[in-house]
This record gives sequence, structure tokens and C-alpha cells, in this order.
Amino acid sequence: MPYTPEKPKLAESSDQLRARIPGWGVDLDPKDRPSVPREQFDPTFSGAHWEFPERQPEKFPRERSIEHKFLTPVFGTSCPPKGLSGVIRRYAYKEYSEGRAAHWLLLLAADRVDTVESTLRSFASLHPDNPITETGVLSEFSHHGVASRFGRKRADVRHQWIDPIIVGAPWVLGGVLAYRLVKRVAGR
Amino acid sequence: MRAMVYRGPYRVRVEEKDRPVIEHPNDAIVRVTRAAICGSDLHLYHGMMPDTRVGSTFGHEFIGVVDEVGSSVRNLKPGDRVMVPFNVFCGTCFFCARGLYANCHNVNPNATAVGGIYGYSHTTGGYDGGQSEFVRVPFADVGPSLIPDWMDEDDAVLLTDATATGYFGAQLGDIVEGDVVVVFGAGPVGLIAAKSAWLMGAGRVIVIDHLEYRLEKARTFAHAETYNFTEYDDIIVHMKKITDHLGADVAIDAVGAEADGNFLQHVTTTKLKLQGGSPIALNWAIDSVRKGGTISVMGAYGPMFSAIKFGDAMNKGLTLRMNQCPVKRQWPRLFEHVKNGYLKPSDIVTHRIPLEHIAEGYHIFSAKLDNCIKPIIIPNPV
Repeated sequence: MPYTPEKPKLAESSDQLRARIPGWGVDLDPKDRPSVPREQFDPTFSGAHWEFPERQPEKFPRERSIEHKFLTPVFGTSCPPKGLSGVIRRYAYKEYSEGRAAHWLLLLAADRVDTVESTLRSFASLHPDNPITETGVLSEFSHHGVASRFGRKRADVRHQWIDPIIVGAPWVLGGVLAYRLVKRVAGR
Repeated sequence: MRAMVYRGPYRVRVEEKDRPVIEHPNDAIVRVTRAAICGSDLHLYHGMMPDTRVGSTFGHEFIGVVDEVGSSVRNLKPGDRVMVPFNVFCGTCFFCARGLYANCHNVNPNATAVGGIYGYSHTTGGYDGGQSEFVRVPFADVGPSLIPDWMDEDDAVLLTDATATGYFGAQLGDIVEGDVVVVFGAGPVGLIAAKSAWLMGAGRVIVIDHLEYRLEKARTFAHAETYNFTEYDDIIVHMKKITDHLGADVAIDAVGAEADGNFLQHVTTTKLKLQGGSPIALNWAIDSVRKGGTISVMGAYGPMFSAIKFGDAMNKGLTLRMNQCPVKRQWPRLFEHVKNGYLKPSDIVTHRIPLEHIAEGYHIFSAKLDNCIKPIIIPNPV
């Protein structure tokens, strides 16, 4: 106990643990642990044959953190910014460093705008969004939704009821607005 | 090609998408044979990670066959079976030269605080991931390794993140012989961390979670002593009681941003997005470890602030260690452990899901249905 010098005795000795658990102690020596010490200078280990990599062509204006000196030589090209969400994203990158909450809050806001824009855009395509199939909610019936949750002392059951509201509310709200709009246009 | 596509919080689907192309001379295009859904993918799925764009493809745990290589690639050729670390890294920047591959400075223009990760939002570089038929792999001479002939494919895919991260987490605990190690979270990373703690000579390994089926796995797979925190008024008091009021020597947070156990903290984080991550597991780690102890943080958190009990961490003189795992650095030793039978990552795989059913896969994993621990995605099931 902490009130006296000695550490509490363990239930099993090292020999007992070695006999019971396959591999017990094989990495006991820190020298056998690959991330000890944390930093190991060896620029040849990785197999790279450059000091600074050749630059990937920048095919569209690539947003970047203002904490970077320049655009990194290699970068992802998935989903270039577009629409209003793209404007917000570019503004967040151009104006605020990673150290500012505004940077991240704007990016989160852009994510929500992106969702609305993309959903609306999907209705003008041959592949409209479908909240039933895209949420995978039908697996509740095929994969024991009720039995997996109840009578199992799960802490997350207390807040999982919020999830359908988060997912469904924008669809309900959008439906109501669309209905009112159609009704108003039809009434003219 | 067919690929998983994010459509907004809690919504994903499979779409036809352009096959990736060589964009840099050291790129490779890999045909994916197996991918996994990681617990940290759920942070994206739930809309918690800033700059997660609609249309992006997730997946940072994958293996496959090289389909095409760029003009400067020397170490790989089409037809090679490869496993790809979740880190995108150049190998020669200041950080890579010191073995910190997860902190590469040459691959993520969107942020300097985090390196590049496949399929993990633009905050980690804007790369599409491996939950698809094909994926672009930058720095093909540096990241991927050939899959050894003797290695099982499920073991190989889990070595690209979960296994390496759990093993790395135990290393950051600086475990010495006889240490009491408590692991928060019995998901894939927590299970591997618990098992790895024994390899490093732990004298007692305790795992805390609220999902009974995962605690059962912690007992059988990781030989751990387990406690369900929902059965105790205050899990911290219980931790003190079972350690003779000293506390654990080492605590490993293998939960991260969506930790449960405090309604207010969880809801303000995962539902209202007011914090970068729910700090419950990390705060429990701070409270349950002994003075002068070490905390290893393997759980992923968003880049925004979280309500961490930093005062207690300071007053207790704790050492807090953390990083994204530099996966490739772990592999030589991990390959030995898998070959010797000390680690069998595929034992934690519970579901194999065709890519076409990805939406169900995410829901099952997110809602913890059907005793799900680790789902594997098969792009082209035979």
C-alpha cells in the first residue's frame, strides 16, 4: 500500500506468468522494443532514395495549413473543395492556423454544409441519397439489434436514442420545408 | 471501381468511383484484397473529425496486390502482395529520419500537427482509403512491405494498424517487470495492448470496458483481469481498492474520442461536437494510475480541445506519452511475435463483410451489434 515503502505483492511470480502466458517477458529488455528509444536517427532505414521527394503536380489550387512553409511535395487529391462548403474550407485554411479554434469550428461547419449540399445535389442525380440504406439501419433486424443492447449493462444505451434524431431530423425538417414550398407554389 | 463513400454523419454507401491514377513517380496503385473498419473510422462516420468531406473513401487498414507502379518505384512490381501501414510517409523528412513515420512533414498539407493517414479526412492529408477495390499508395518504396508467405491475410491486415498500435501503446507505457498495467477499452487496440503488456513483463494486466462480450475476449485472448465499469458506483475507487490503494503503474487509454461512462462528456463530444474528444477514459487513466506513473494514450482524439484533468496529472507527477503509431517500425519484431504464436491478431476478427454491404458493416460496428469486435471488409468476395 502507498503508506509504506514496499510495493503490494503480486498474485503470481514472473516464473508463474512465464509458464502461463505464451511469450511472457520476451520484450522485457527495452532494447527489444522497436520504439525504444523514441527517436532513432537513420535516414536510410525506410528505403527512400531521395533527400527531398520530387513534387507531385498541383492540378487544382490545393488548400494548406498556413503553418506550412509551402505545399507538401505529396498530398491527397480526394474531394477538392466545392460549393459553399468549399468557400468556408478555403477561408478556414487561409485565415486561421491550426492553433485557432475558429479553424476547426469553420471546418466542422463546412462539413455540415457539405452534407446538405451533397444531399440536395444527389436528388438531381440518378443516385439520390437514401437514409435507410445508407445508415445500414436494417442490420438492426438481421444482427440482433434488441438482444445486443438490452440486459447487457451497456453504458451507451443511455445515449443511443439520440442518434436517430441526429440522422433523421434534417430529413424530417427538409421534408416539411419541401412540402410547404410545394404547397405554396401549387396555391398560386 | 466500387468504393465506400461517405455521405454525411452516420451515412455511407458504395458507389462507382474513378480508379485512382499514378500522381507521383513513387506512387503505386494497389488492388485491395482485404480492408478493415477501425474504431477510429467511427469518429469520421459520426462526423466528429473536422474536414471530413462527402465523397471521400475511408479505410486506413488494408492489404492488397500491386496493380501498377510509378516510374521511380524500385522495390515493388505489379503482382506483389503487400501490406500497407496506415501512415503515409516520405522516409526522409526531419521526423521520418528519426523513425517518427506517423509524424511525416511531407505528406499532409492540411495540418502540421498530424502526418498523413489513408482515408482519414483532409485533416490528415485528403487521401482516399482502402475500403474500395483500388487505392493510391504514395511512396511505394517506403511504406508497403511484402506479405510473408507464411502470414495469414487477416493477421496481415490487422498488422497495418490495430496490432501495431496496441503493441506500440504498451511500449509507450515503459513497462518494467512486475508492473500493474490497466488498459481502458477492450476493443482491438486495447486487446492487443493488454496482450503486449505481458510480452513486456507486466505482473498484472487489468482491462476496463462496459461491453461484456469484449471483456470476455480480454480474458480469453489477452489473459487479463477484467472489470465492467457499469457495475461500480465509481470505477476509480474500485481501481484503488484492487491495487491496495496504490493505483496502477501504467495506464493505457485505448478508447479515445468516443469514450463512455459520463453522459454529459459523451454527449457534448460525440453528439454536439463541442470537444475534440470525450476525455472520460483519459481522465480515468489519470485518476487510476499511481503517482509517478505513466499513461500511454493510443485512443484517437480530434484536433480541438478536450476537458482533460491536467491539474491532477501534474500534481501526481505523471508521464504522459502518446503518438500515432509508426507502424513500419514495429513490423520486424511483430512479425517474429506472430510467427512464434505470441500474438494472433486474427483471433479478434468477428465479422467478414462484403464491400457492397459496407453501410451495414458500419452500423453493426458503431452500434456494437452481434458481439462485433473487428469487422473485415472484402472488396471482391469469391
